[in-house]
Amino acid sequence: MAGNFLTTRFEAMLAWGRKFSLFHYPYVTACCGMEYMSAACAHFDIDRFGAGWTRFSPRQSDLLLVVGTIAQKLAPVLKTVYDQMTEPKWVIAFGACTVSGGIYDNYAVVQGIDRVIPVDIYIPGCPPRPETVLDGLLKLQEKIKTQGQDWRWKKKTS
Amino acid sequence: MEKEDILTALRTSFPEDVLETSTPLGDAAAVVKPEALAGIMAFLKAEPQAFTMLLDLTCVDHPDRLDRFEMVYHVFALEGARRLRVKASLPAAEPVIGSLAGLWKNAVWLEREAFDMFGVRFEGHPDLRRLFMYDGFEGHPLRKDYPLRGRQPRLPMRPDP
Repeated sequence: MAGNFLTTRFEAMLAWGRKFSLFHYPYVTACCGMEYMSAACAHFDIDRFGAGWTRFSPRQSDLLLVVGTIAQKLAPVLKTVYDQMTEPKWVIAFGACTVSGGIYDNYAVVQGIDRVIPVDIYIPGCPPRPETVLDGLLKLQEKIKTQGQDWRWKKKTS
Repeated sequence: MEKEDILTALRTSFPEDVLETSTPLGDAAAVVKPEALAGIMAFLKAEPQAFTMLLDLTCVDHPDRLDRFEMVYHVFALEGARRLRVKASLPAAEPVIGSLAGLWKNAVWLEREAFDMFGVRFEGHPDLRRLFMYDGFEGHPLRKDYPLRGRQPRLPMRPDP
């Protein structure tokens, strides 16, 4: 009984640490990048929520921010970047194009990045306002807080 | 050199090859035979016409026409800020036209784009590969008979609902 109690406390602490130290990898391909910049910089400042540190290496980041239209040509690159990230990792689909392909229902555009990689949070909008981005980030933190703190690959294999 | 002068010069220099000239909405435009295009463009680039800049080169697909692909060239003369539009229609079965890569360097990529999107072949192009679409992509997506949602994913993907 005492052991169980201790484990729960440890998980809560781990969740708290993880949700406030999201290193994000900005996968910015299109105009949503403007809103990403404004969300990331001093005005709206995602650093207030511990997600301010931009890492330009997938191996050092745990939050993949997919910002902008993903073309069919680019889909394998996105998949590679996601695969290179170390566990635990989360993905935010930022903007209408990443959520559903947006207005581009044509030969060139992937109709939502969840066709290629798993997505945790969808932020709608074309482009989403920075407040929406912050809301999405808070929802992701809520998810991290409440989800199990083991790693996804463990879940899959066990 | 005014618009009308340029069109007159074109007609007198290439009486056989210039099919039609007009000034729609104030822009000089000429329709020419595709096999004569490269020569005409060289003539336009040279003095005294001096259209030294190739602004754009693209293609229009008219599926209802016999000569289905219409190449459109826009040239610009820095001296006097003059513009000219040159068009040439290509047959659906074998859309081939001479390359302008020897005249203007930017024609290399513009022609690669037209080849990628419409399947127009440019004779004499140094490196006629697709520009935007990836290796293994089949067909030419801006042709009107290409399916609207004809996606060719490079990865296994969840299909459209």
